[in-house]
Amino acid sequence: MHELSLAQSVVEIVQQYVPPGNHGGVKSVKMKIGELSGVVVDSLAFCFEAITSGTPLEGARLDVEHVPLRCRCKTCNRESDIHDNVFRCGVCGGADIEIIAGRELQVLEIEVDDGG
Amino acid sequence: MSVVTIERKVLEKNDEIASRNRELFRSHGIFAVNLVSSPGAGKTSLLERTLEHLRGKLPLAVIEGDVQTDLDARRIERYGVPAVQIVTRGGCHLEANLVRDALDAIPLGGVRLLIIENVGNLVCPSNYDLGEAMKIVLASTTEGDDKPLKYPAMFRNSSVLVINKIDLLPYLSCSLDTLRSNALQINPSLKVFQTSCRTGEGIDAWCEWLVSASSEERK
Repeated sequence: MHELSLAQSVVEIVQQYVPPGNHGGVKSVKMKIGELSGVVVDSLAFCFEAITSGTPLEGARLDVEHVPLRCRCKTCNRESDIHDNVFRCGVCGGADIEIIAGRELQVLEIEVDDGG
Repeated sequence: MSVVTIERKVLEKNDEIASRNRELFRSHGIFAVNLVSSPGAGKTSLLERTLEHLRGKLPLAVIEGDVQTDLDARRIERYGVPAVQIVTRGGCHLEANLVRDALDAIPLGGVRLLIIENVGNLVCPSNYDLGEAMKIVLASTTEGDDKPLKYPAMFRNSSVLVINKIDLLPYLSCSLDTLRSNALQINPSLKVFQTSCRTGEGIDAWCEWLVSASSEERK
């Protein structure tokens, strides 16, 4: 259950981007979370809501872009998705693969109410 | 409404500190490993066996991570090895800054191998880089042979798998072949050892590998 500390890190990062003097608050926070990031999105959203209560981030919506696992095969050089925990190339079946997507854990952007 | 672009990694602060830890290990020629498993898989028992074996052969130090108590560090100190306990007080994993602070209490000069025993947990520690050269995941036969499929991130992010408690196989429905093949399905490059901390089986091979990996690190 490390989602609480992750939510704290998200808030710390977001706070640096709220324009000074803003009163409207942050309306949404967009994140990118990979399938292999080990994050339970519901828990993260719950923790985020709990720790932003009473702050300029209160009520901000957490929008999550879910990133499926994808690999590049070092044998046939093709890209494919990884399904059902089978970490092999979806084209040639090779095991020598590089994960190219699915580990993301990023804050992408925020939507700020600036009265405009 | 206006949109502000951020595009930053949530764990960037941890990752920065981990990079500095890694640089520190490199400059001292220390092979640092992050030992992970579920609670009760036998991390501390494996450490004890390892210390018995490597005492006097390879200078090492240990960082122990636990939610509560310094029981594990005390178990390790009996072997005359520098051991620092990190008590996370509820935290389910070690973070790079906790390791950095613990390093202050270890005389690093001369240490060749640093074993960081993480909090028993197969989920959260997989996210947090501590600056280690590699993660080593321990899976015990009593946990069943399906654990790699249930916790793929940990097995994918590890370089070595130690299958422990193999002496109990006759009493369990766990299949060693299935456990191995499930782990290798998640991560075909895993190096696999099989050990019993009770009988000592497999400890020789595991320790020999630690010695050679530590000497590789110095090159």
